Amino acid sequence: MATEKNTIFSPELAARFDKLVTLYPVRRSALVPMLLYAQDEVGYISKAVIAEVAERLGLRENDVESVLSYYSMLRTKPAGKYNVQVCTNISCMLRDGYGILEHCKKRLGIGHKEVTPDGLFSLEEVECIGACCWAPAIQVNYDFYDELTPEKMDQVLDDYRAGRGKGTV
Amino acid sequence: MPRLVSHPDEVRITSRRFGLGATDIEKYIALDGYRAVRTAIEKGPEWIISEMKASGLRGRGGAGFPTGLKWSFVPKQSEKPKYVLVNGDESEPGTCKDHLIFLYDPHAVIEGTMIAGLAIGSKLGFIYLRGEYRYLLKIMEKAVADAYAKGFLGKNIFGSGIDFDVVTQTGAGAYEVGEESALMESLEGKRGVPRIKPPFPAVVGLYGGPTVINNAETIASVPHIMLMGGEAYAKIGTERNGGARLFGISGHVEKPGVYELPMGYNLKKAIYEVAGGIRGGKKLKAVVPGGSSTPVMTADEIDVGLDFDQMGKAGTMLGSGGIVVLDETVCIVEFALRTIQFYQHESCGWCIPCREGTDWLTKSIGRLHAGGAVDKDIDNIRYLAENMLGRTFCPLGDAAAMPTIGFVQKFRKEFEDHLNGKGCPYKHAREEEAALA
Repeated sequence: MATEKNTIFSPELAARFDKLVTLYPVRRSALVPMLLYAQDEVGYISKAVIAEVAERLGLRENDVESVLSYYSMLRTKPAGKYNVQVCTNISCMLRDGYGILEHCKKRLGIGHKEVTPDGLFSLEEVECIGACCWAPAIQVNYDFYDELTPEKMDQVLDDYRAGRGKGTV
Repeated sequence: MPRLVSHPDEVRITSRRFGLGATDIEKYIALDGYRAVRTAIEKGPEWIISEMKASGLRGRGGAGFPTGLKWSFVPKQSEKPKYVLVNGDESEPGTCKDHLIFLYDPHAVIEGTMIAGLAIGSKLGFIYLRGEYRYLLKIMEKAVADAYAKGFLGKNIFGSGIDFDVVTQTGAGAYEVGEESALMESLEGKRGVPRIKPPFPAVVGLYGGPTVINNAETIASVPHIMLMGGEAYAKIGTERNGGARLFGISGHVEKPGVYELPMGYNLKKAIYEVAGGIRGGKKLKAVVPGGSSTPVMTADEIDVGLDFDQMGKAGTMLGSGGIVVLDETVCIVEFALRTIQFYQHESCGWCIPCREGTDWLTKSIGRLHAGGAVDKDIDNIRYLAENMLGRTFCPLGDAAAMPTIGFVQKFRKEFEDHLNGKGCPYKHAREEEAALA
């Protein structure tokens, strides 16, 4: 078992994981949340994350990798500091979600799942994010922005660039 | 922040605390909160289930199974612990109602979970939210912590001698996990692939124990049913379709939003009166009435009541209550393509008809939209979709096939207009318009 001394995570996250595994009838139930929370801190699921999570849950590393590859939010490469996720599913599509996506591509100079050279932004076209009645909608990391126009989208990007984004983790 | 809407025809039951600050536990208590669970403790499991049966509440996730009946299937005696699992993996395109419940009335989800637990004799409930809903998970986590701090959760709840715990859980991006057996797999820390049924979760569910799985809106409706009585709740809706539900109206309407309308409310009225009609005075072309998996309706088919049975008779489904409205400018083939692309992306790959079917449908419809198809391709698309039906562990295969069949059946002419190198007429019209401007 990883202890506070040899963990790759912050003391807060390590303590959180220590508690998390006790909440379920089976420790393994903590796996998906642990991977997501680890990603929030580390930026992506690195080999070291896989190794420690596996150890904490008493799993083999390839069990963890198998689960990891299933969930679309989990990534094995770093994203930008601000990951811009544009929904283009049906309700957003009908209200110009693709226009917002194209606008972001132009503004950021990157495509789907790419990162800006300064590492500040990444862009992703995503499936329905559950904001259909407030379309078109996006998420920047975990924060929602809805009823967007290209102008409002610019404002959102400018705010993040200036360090004024919302920042739920 | 999602915008709240209102209309005089709404019957606000599950949404009655929206916008009133009920995330605060004191405010929730002042608005009749945690009264229903006390009544439920006093009256006991048999009373709870009989009220639920009388209420005519049917699952708000989309399948529409009667909730009281589902609860009654859980065996009274069980060697393994029983569980309540709340499905907040809301991912069906067109659906954003649970989003508002978690945002505005998190304690109703907790209270409903407790009542479900009392009904089936469970001591532990899980509330699972999709990974994208992190800010809502935070709201739920705070609500759970506040309920523990008040002594409403944990040991000996309300002096009843009964213990009940609630654990919140996050997903990490997967539509498939909204299917109940895949949801259990995910909560057990595995890939979200479905389990074969039977056995049903009420008998062998989470960790092998009997489990009740309900959608978040279903669970949030439960305390209100306890307070007003099953019969009074049933009367709001239509026969065998009790109460009201949260309908999300999105797409080309003037006033998109989530409205709580009585079951059986007329779909045409919902679009033209409640949601203010078609945006910009345009003509209606089609309606996807209950999330992206439900078969499309044409503009002249929508004079029908929004309940499970009437929508079934109309050849479609009430589904998740996500009504997506398409005006005359939409290319149905393009819309069908975007729909199947979603299912192709989300198919977990466990069952071959779904994995291969969604992939081939995406390729075929994509080629047709680009103008590269010939006449027989239209029938091939339909034939392929029809052969997916009922051949998979979970309903994702059907969810992909049903709308595809509907689009071809109801809008065949639009498919034909794309054939033999012609490509998309709507795209051509838009390009011409842009060139003239």
